[in-house]
Amino acid sequence: MSSDALREKLGRVVDEAAVSPRDYGRRGYLLEVRTTAAQIVSVAEVARKEDLFLEFVTAADFTDGLQVIYNFNSFGKMSRLVVRLQLSKGQAVPSISSIYNAALWHEREVFDLFGIEFEGHPDLRRLLLPEDADFHPLLKEFGKVHSYKSTEEIYGYPDA
Amino acid sequence: MLEPITEQTFYLNLGPQHPSTHGVLRLFLKLDGEYIVEADPIVGYGHRGHEKMAESHLYEQFFPNSSRMDYLSGLLFNHAYVAAVEKMAGIAVPYRAEYIRVICAELNRISSHLLWFGTYIMDLGAFTPFLYAFDDREIILDILDRVTGSRLTYSYCRLGGVAKDIDEEFISSTRKFIKRLRSRWHDYHNLVTKNVIFIHRTKDVGIIDRDLALRFGCTGPILRAAGVPYDIRKAEPYSVYPEFDFDIPTGSNGDAFDRYMVRLQEMEQSLRIIEQALDRLPPGPHKGLAPVRVSPPKGDCYFAAESARGALGYYIISDGSRYPYRLKVRVPSFSNLQVLTDVLPGTLVADTISILGSIDIVVPEVDR
Repeated sequence: MSSDALREKLGRVVDEAAVSPRDYGRRGYLLEVRTTAAQIVSVAEVARKEDLFLEFVTAADFTDGLQVIYNFNSFGKMSRLVVRLQLSKGQAVPSISSIYNAALWHEREVFDLFGIEFEGHPDLRRLLLPEDADFHPLLKEFGKVHSYKSTEEIYGYPDA
Repeated sequence: MLEPITEQTFYLNLGPQHPSTHGVLRLFLKLDGEYIVEADPIVGYGHRGHEKMAESHLYEQFFPNSSRMDYLSGLLFNHAYVAAVEKMAGIAVPYRAEYIRVICAELNRISSHLLWFGTYIMDLGAFTPFLYAFDDREIILDILDRVTGSRLTYSYCRLGGVAKDIDEEFISSTRKFIKRLRSRWHDYHNLVTKNVIFIHRTKDVGIIDRDLALRFGCTGPILRAAGVPYDIRKAEPYSVYPEFDFDIPTGSNGDAFDRYMVRLQEMEQSLRIIEQALDRLPPGPHKGLAPVRVSPPKGDCYFAAESARGALGYYIISDGSRYPYRLKVRVPSFSNLQVLTDVLPGTLVADTISILGSIDIVVPEVDR
């Protein structure tokens, strides 16, 4: 599976401009996809069809909202794919756990640490923190952090 | 969430404190007699918030944290973290330092596999192989102690090198150890691999095939036991691994026995790598001139490495300052443990111990 073919298939489900090749030597992955909550399930379906596995799901807190980050890779030829999904405050994300079982725990972890709700997740409980915890520790408002910036300041483009 | 219990079904807590759970893991099992209906691994007892800690620490200050996630292959975690920061900040590493890192990392991989070997067989009821394995492992700990200064939670790699150069005594004792461990394979196979009780406890037990591994994102010996030759050291070569000649052992059935065999064969492959690296150890400095202040450019970077348990990765988002903006650690055990929810139902409680042990999880790594 070449990254060009994958890029073309992904371009059919998201906006073509949202799929961009990246320099593996510097960034460590080949393709970056910027997607929306409405498209994420289709993106995951393409990845599954192309025999990719879900490496992890995580998130990051920016001043202009939370960003959910998915990382896919292949057991065969290296084809690492990073999918970004920018959220507005309080917005929920459709769960991809029906496509990848791995997402069950990864989404629970993101919910636990960031408070992001995943719609359609069958069992969205806290994973690492006690069930009676009333905080989400990886949000920048919690505890000691060094800086709180916007996506534009970090990536150099507004991630709308 | 408890459902009304019928006459046959009941709930059993395996753990959180149980010798066979290898750390503080609680398995919440719904049983029908001796058979498992549902399994819910409950983790988080060892959650220390390493990812949060990273956000208020300098890149250099996070070194000790990296090896405290997976304390059995700490040096591999340490190496991967340092390599991730180096990749992002564009720091060059002296050739000799890369060799030293590979030698020490592979020694650590063997010590991790040896500990797994000993404890797994102990889970299945045999005590003697445990003593054999720990006897051998002790030598590795002594060898690594000489150069790293610690026996378990190594913080050996530095940006652009390693903390201390290896000396003649390190080389000679490593060579002696390679010889000794090779002579032990015979004992290991006679004691365990050919043992009929062991074979019955592991053959066709806890089958994880390629499809299941793909759905759950399992990597490492679990995936290789299912016949997929996926190893980050070959798939995404890093450090000086491309310079060495080694094989990726695979299984065919994906059961506990195959996972056992894959790990035993992997130790031999690690010995081959160490041997080649010692033969060709280049001269030169063990430490480059790394900048005192590291502040990687803005943006993100992913670095993958093969830990003793599978695909390990550091995903760093940098805001251009000396502190990581966000640091995500992709740990192999997280996905490897989750697969139990699918593998355990339908098996016997006794097999649970065998399957759990064959997965080789380190719970503090899952919790982070």
